[in-house]
Amino acid sequence: MTHALKARRTLLTAAAATAAAGLITPLRAQGLAPTPTMRGGANNYLAGAPVVQRIGGGGFWMTGTVRRAGDGAPLPRIRIQIWAHTTEGHERDPHSHGATLTDANGVFRMEMPQIVPAFGQAHGHLAYDAAYDENGFATVFLRPVMRSARDRSLSADFVLQRA
Amino acid sequence: MRSVLIWAAVAAALLVPVVAAARSPLLAWRDSFYIAAGFAGVVALGLLLLQPLLAGGYLPGVRIRLGRRLHAWVGAGLVLAVVAHVAALWVTSPPDVVDALLFRSPTPFSAWGVVAMWAVFASALLGALRGRLRLRLIVWRLCHVSLAVVIVVGSVVHAMLIDGTMEIVSKVVLSALVLAAVAKVVVDLRLLAGLRRMAWRSGR
Repeated sequence: MTHALKARRTLLTAAAATAAAGLITPLRAQGLAPTPTMRGGANNYLAGAPVVQRIGGGGFWMTGTVRRAGDGAPLPRIRIQIWAHTTEGHERDPHSHGATLTDANGVFRMEMPQIVPAFGQAHGHLAYDAAYDENGFATVFLRPVMRSARDRSLSADFVLQRA
Repeated sequence: MRSVLIWAAVAAALLVPVVAAARSPLLAWRDSFYIAAGFAGVVALGLLLLQPLLAGGYLPGVRIRLGRRLHAWVGAGLVLAVVAHVAALWVTSPPDVVDALLFRSPTPFSAWGVVAMWAVFASALLGALRGRLRLRLIVWRLCHVSLAVVIVVGSVVHAMLIDGTMEIVSKVVLSALVLAAVAKVVVDLRLLAGLRRMAWRSGR
């Protein structure tokens, strides 16, 4: 129950943030910089993971937004690939990988097994791979780190630029 | 009585971290190679405590001559443990290990560990070639001890920054003991006094 409320709160916060960003960006005169690929972001990436409802048994949420560099417009139907070392498998295991699409507000949410510390940090991996998306943006790999290994969710935001 | 206590304390300092790590919940979500990699690291940190104790002749019943020979054997074991640690991590996730070895890893503890690894290899080489190098004792010692300090500081920082299978209290205690032991042996070797004497002689 508390978990559901928390997830709802996360979603509302994400929605509010997106709305706020939408209001503010016109004033910032085309200034939103693209997200650079993070160090180690592409490690154990398996190209072309299938779009799935959730990865494995779930219980953990990977969330985030995808926006366009410059004007910050939310980008719908962007394919984001997600993988991590979880309670159900190592990063390199194919069943630890899955993909999802952003909604009309440029928001994505993927349920997956609990991420556990691996290689010294509890962290996840996300990819926007130009080779598996028809929207024509440049490839970006992210590697966000969880503040606490006990967290039940992790978020990462993409700002993409045209390839 | 005193010697029994010292040996018991050393045995506990080496064994407790291994037993505590064996109870880590993270083990349930790791395959055998990854688990072995973690334990090789824990064992290596334990061997780092033995090294200054043997070199300084602090263990009751182990005379300095025997201590130095054991120091060489434990050093060889340390090299093997480090090689096993890195090799098993490489099997678990090759790109993460390649990043670490090339100093481009996103995790800050990796560089500390890799520097300590090279210092272990260099230190062992210096030990193996001691007879052939024909360095003056003070020079050889200075090189070996400098590498030992790099190994110990690098390994302790590496271990402390990692969220892994080691239990935190046993990790802190073992790390503190390793630092204290190496500090004591560095002071007892009176390297600075030796250097000063050498400078005085060459200046005359």
